[in-house]
Amino acid sequence: MNAVTTVPSAAVAAEPIVRLDGIERSFGLVQALRGVSLSLKGGRALALVGESGCGKTTCARIISRMDTPTGGEMLYRGRNITQTGTAAEEKAYRRAVQMVFQDPFASLNPVFSVQHHLARPLALHGHARSKAERVQGVADLLNWVGLEPALTAHKFPHELSGGQRQRVNIARALAVQPDVLVADEPTSMLDVSIRLGILELVSRIKQERQLALLYITHDIATAAHVAEEVIVMFAGQMVEWGDTLSVIGDARHPYTQLLLSAVPDPDRPFMAGDSARFLGHAEEVRRLSRPSSAKVDQVGPNHFVRALGAAS
Amino acid sequence: MSEALLQIRDLSVDYLLDRGAFRAVKNVSFDIGRGELFGLAGESGCGKSTIAYAITRLAKAPAWVAGGEILLDGQDLLKLPESRLQEVRWRRIGMVFQSAMNSLNPLMRVEAQFHDVLRRHTGSSREKSRARAEEMFKLVGIPASRLTDYPHQFSGGMRQRIVIAICLALKPELIIMDEPTTALDVVVQREILEQVIDLQRGYGFSVLFITHDLHLMAQLCHRIGVMLKGELVEVGDVRQVSRAPAHDYTRKLWGAIPQLPGHPAVKDAIA
Repeated sequence: MNAVTTVPSAAVAAEPIVRLDGIERSFGLVQALRGVSLSLKGGRALALVGESGCGKTTCARIISRMDTPTGGEMLYRGRNITQTGTAAEEKAYRRAVQMVFQDPFASLNPVFSVQHHLARPLALHGHARSKAERVQGVADLLNWVGLEPALTAHKFPHELSGGQRQRVNIARALAVQPDVLVADEPTSMLDVSIRLGILELVSRIKQERQLALLYITHDIATAAHVAEEVIVMFAGQMVEWGDTLSVIGDARHPYTQLLLSAVPDPDRPFMAGDSARFLGHAEEVRRLSRPSSAKVDQVGPNHFVRALGAAS
Repeated sequence: MSEALLQIRDLSVDYLLDRGAFRAVKNVSFDIGRGELFGLAGESGCGKSTIAYAITRLAKAPAWVAGGEILLDGQDLLKLPESRLQEVRWRRIGMVFQSAMNSLNPLMRVEAQFHDVLRRHTGSSREKSRARAEEMFKLVGIPASRLTDYPHQFSGGMRQRIVIAICLALKPELIIMDEPTTALDVVVQREILEQVIDLQRGYGFSVLFITHDLHLMAQLCHRIGVMLKGELVEVGDVRQVSRAPAHDYTRKLWGAIPQLPGHPAVKDAIA
């Protein structure tokens, strides 16, 4: 076990598209993010996993520039973008980083057709100039996300199912040809039987378009399904991170172990009389995992764990 | 299964639309025994919540119970006059919904909300309600000192436990839980459901547990029913439905939830 003094980023190989280095975000007395460092790379998926309030969505908002950090550095293709740049630079970054939100019902405008939702970003970002180009562009996008253009383009949001709407949202994100896709719980409001289809679509897009994918979830099982690398967060801090298989197969931090143990498992029925033990255990893990030391141990080629113990 | 507490017989529920009736629940029949945990699985729109509302007679227009019987201890709830429903709702059948944690009154201290329910249903005095509330808080693992707090001072998981505590304070015979932990993360979910199992063992109430997550349902329930487009396509013992599902759709539901890659170390760590 090698002790490392600085917090290593979640990835080592390949030039990252977006990099966060020691990002801090505080809201008054509440420290929402404490020294978060990560890298998003083309063709790779990174999952941010943790309970509500752990800071994962704050992290996504900072990456998509809907929020600004109170400390640390942000880099885009090696260039420091922590401070707001020129209007042109901001526009370029916002084009490059696109989001897919949790609620497919609230994220499309009910008075516009699918065609309008997709043609607009194509036109605004100069990817389609004539009407014919826009129609073709919309058809291409719909094909990409597995929707039949002839059946979908003229429809309005209320005529689509939740899964179809989420596919339109993904198509809209792709319309501006981004190189980073931030997906915040993209399937949690969808029916179980269509969730895997959406996750597989996002994975395929990541692969074929060599996009960097940031997948945010409280469900460590889907994270394992989608992402090559995972960061487990607790109380604004990264507590364990690295290659997904290593982190899940050889979890070292008690909070990661707690998360894994709570994934529903049909082969392990709940037993009466167990609740006190589990509650006590969960409470103890939360107490131990409270913002703790800066000491990080490397336990595998790409697997890091924060040491327990009070911040010094 | 022991003696049946609730018997659903040939239940059909329609939603009346401009273009005619849409049958959301089609001739569904099942029993829930005393002290039994029965699960109803299926996706949105399959009719599982419509059944929950029908049982408590909370189905409002355009929903319309088109036929069938809902027998609680042999008494048909559908034939009960509105005035006598209060003897059943909350008193004998408790309900915990997904959004229940948001159904607490934000302007009332939690203690007052206990009293409100207890006074209305049992004519309890303020002192008696206080004592009962303290007892219930202890059962769901929240310090009694927090009874004087307002709902916003609790986390989502705690609010959901408070609703369960209020529900249990009336000692119902059946508790209907419709996606009670879907909005919460897995650790909190397990904390709450393990407590429900403990409380169930102590009080002996029956549970109708509704969720889309078969894996979770299998950890909790004795028997499982699977619904598809308003029909109950499979009912069986949890072991049979999980090891040897008879219906294609049940198999599809099982396959729809990603599983963790093998992690035996973790399974043993806390199990």
